[in-house]
Amino acid sequence: MKLPRFSRKTLCIPYAVFLVFFVIIPMLVIFFYAFTDSNMHISFANFIKFFSDPTKLSTIVYSLVIALITTVVCLVIAYPVAYILARSSMKRKFVILMLFVLPMWINFVLRVNALRELFNLLASLKGLEWIAGSNYFKTVFGMVYDFLPFMILPLYTTMLKIDPSLYEASADLGASGFTTFTRVTIPLSMPGIMSGVTMVFLPSMTNYVVSDMLGNAKVTIIGKFISDYFGNDWHMGSMIALVLLVVVFVSTWLTGGFKSEENVRGANL
Amino acid sequence: MNKQLLIKCLKAFFVGLVLLVLYAPILLLAVYSFDKTDMIGRFEGFSLTHYAALFENSKVLGMIGNTFLLAFLAAVLSTVLGTVGALGMFYTKKRVKMLIHGASQIPVINAEIVTALSLTVTFVAIGLGRSYFTLLIGHMVICTPFVVLSVMPKLKQMDNSLYEAALDLGASPFKALWKVVLPQIVPGVISGFMLAVTLSLDDYIVTMYTRPSGFETISTYVYNATTKGNAHTAVTLASLWALTTIIFVVIVLFVVVSNLSGIRKKEASK
Repeated sequence: MKLPRFSRKTLCIPYAVFLVFFVIIPMLVIFFYAFTDSNMHISFANFIKFFSDPTKLSTIVYSLVIALITTVVCLVIAYPVAYILARSSMKRKFVILMLFVLPMWINFVLRVNALRELFNLLASLKGLEWIAGSNYFKTVFGMVYDFLPFMILPLYTTMLKIDPSLYEASADLGASGFTTFTRVTIPLSMPGIMSGVTMVFLPSMTNYVVSDMLGNAKVTIIGKFISDYFGNDWHMGSMIALVLLVVVFVSTWLTGGFKSEENVRGANL
Repeated sequence: MNKQLLIKCLKAFFVGLVLLVLYAPILLLAVYSFDKTDMIGRFEGFSLTHYAALFENSKVLGMIGNTFLLAFLAAVLSTVLGTVGALGMFYTKKRVKMLIHGASQIPVINAEIVTALSLTVTFVAIGLGRSYFTLLIGHMVICTPFVVLSVMPKLKQMDNSLYEAALDLGASPFKALWKVVLPQIVPGVISGFMLAVTLSLDDYIVTMYTRPSGFETISTYVYNATTKGNAHTAVTLASLWALTTIIFVVIVLFVVVSNLSGIRKKEASK
C-alpha cells in the first residue's frame, strides 16, 4: 500500500487540533458557563447581577485606572531610555539594553518578593513610614518595575529602524530639535509605542500577583476578582472572565495589536 | 560645547538611575542573603546559613526541580508543536493561515487568569481533573503561540527557491524540509525555545489553577509563602533571598559567557 503523498500543508494539522481543543473549546465553555446557572439551565442572572453590582463595576473602572497610570508611567520612563540608547553612538549599547532585559529572567514572583522586601526596609526608615500604608503606590510601582522592559524593547527596536538621515534632513530644513522630535521621532516610533502600550496595559489590568503581594490584599483588581470567584462560583467567575475578554479584545483592537506579527516580549533578543 | 557635555551627562544619569532602581531590590536581597539573621536593614555578620538551609531542605530542592523539569518539558513540546505548526501555516492557503493565526493569538492577548480559568473549567468538565498532564497542557497553551511568533518571521525571510531546488535534485519533500528549510529557521526556533522556557519558569497563574494538588513550583511556593504568611512553610523567607541571588548569578554568568563567545566568534570571523 502506498502512503498518501506528503504535503507541507498537513503540518499545520497538529497545531490546529491543539488550538481547537485547548483554546477555542475552553473559550466556548466559559461562554456556556457564564450564561447558565448551577443547574446548567440557560440564565441571564449572572449577566444582570454583574451589571447591577456597583462593586463589580467599580473594580473594572479601578483596574482600568491602575493599568492606565502604570502604562503612562512606563511610557514616560521607557521612551527617553529607548531614545537615548537607540541614538547613542556607543559601541556596546547592546550590553546596556541587556541590562534592562536581564531582570526579566529572574522568576517573576521572586522579583516581586525582592521589591516587597525593599519596601519593608524603606518603610522602617525615618520619614518614609508612609510607604507601609500606601498600597496603591506600591502596586503601581511594582507593576512599572515588572513591565518596564516590555515597554523599552519594542520602543528601542522601532527607534533603531529610523533612518538617522531623517534627523539630519529635518535639521537641514530648519526644524528645531523639539520639532524634529515631535514631527519625526514620535510619528515614526508609533508602532513601538502601540505594541509597548498593549504589552503593559493588558497585564497590569489583570496580573493580580503584584497587587496581592505588594498591596497587602487591599488592592483588588479584576484578575483577583475572577480568582476569588473561582473558588466558589464558576458561573459568576466565567461571566467576569467573559467581560474581561471583551475589554481585552476591544483594547487590543483599538491599539491595532491584531495586525502586528512583530515579535513580542523580547522574542527577538 | 559645555552644553553638549551637560546633556550627555544628564542622559547617562537618567539611564543609570533607571537601572539602579531596577536592580536595587535584587542587590538588597543579595547582600542580606549573606547575613546571619533574617532581618533586612541590619547586617549582623557574614554567614552562609540561608544558603545551607536552602540546600538542606528536600522540599525546596523538589520544588526547584519541579520548576525546571516542567519548563524544559513544556518548552520542548511547545517548540516542536509550534515549529511544525508554523511550517504548516506558512505553506497553507491564506484563509486557513489567518484562521490558525487568529486562534493562536488568543492566548497571547488574553489575560492569563482567563486562560487559566477556561482551561481548568474545561478539564474538570470533561473529567480530566487536574494532573501533571493538564499542567503541561496549560504551559503549552501559553508558550506555543510565542514559538510560532518567533519562527514565522524567519520563514518569511527564507529563500523559497532552495526548497524547490532540493526537490528538483531528487530530495523527498520531507527530506527537503528537514535538510534545507529547517536549518534556515534555526535561529527562530532557538529564540522560540528560550522564550518558552522563560514564560514557563515565570508563570504563576496558569500553574496555580491547572496543577495537581501538592505540586509546587518556585512561583506558587513563594507566592503562598509571602501572601499567606510563612507559618506553615518549611523555609524561611531568608532562604528565598538566597535562591534569588543564586538565580541572579546564574543568569548573569549565562549572559556574560554567551556574549563573550558571541564577540569572540565575530572577531574570529573578521
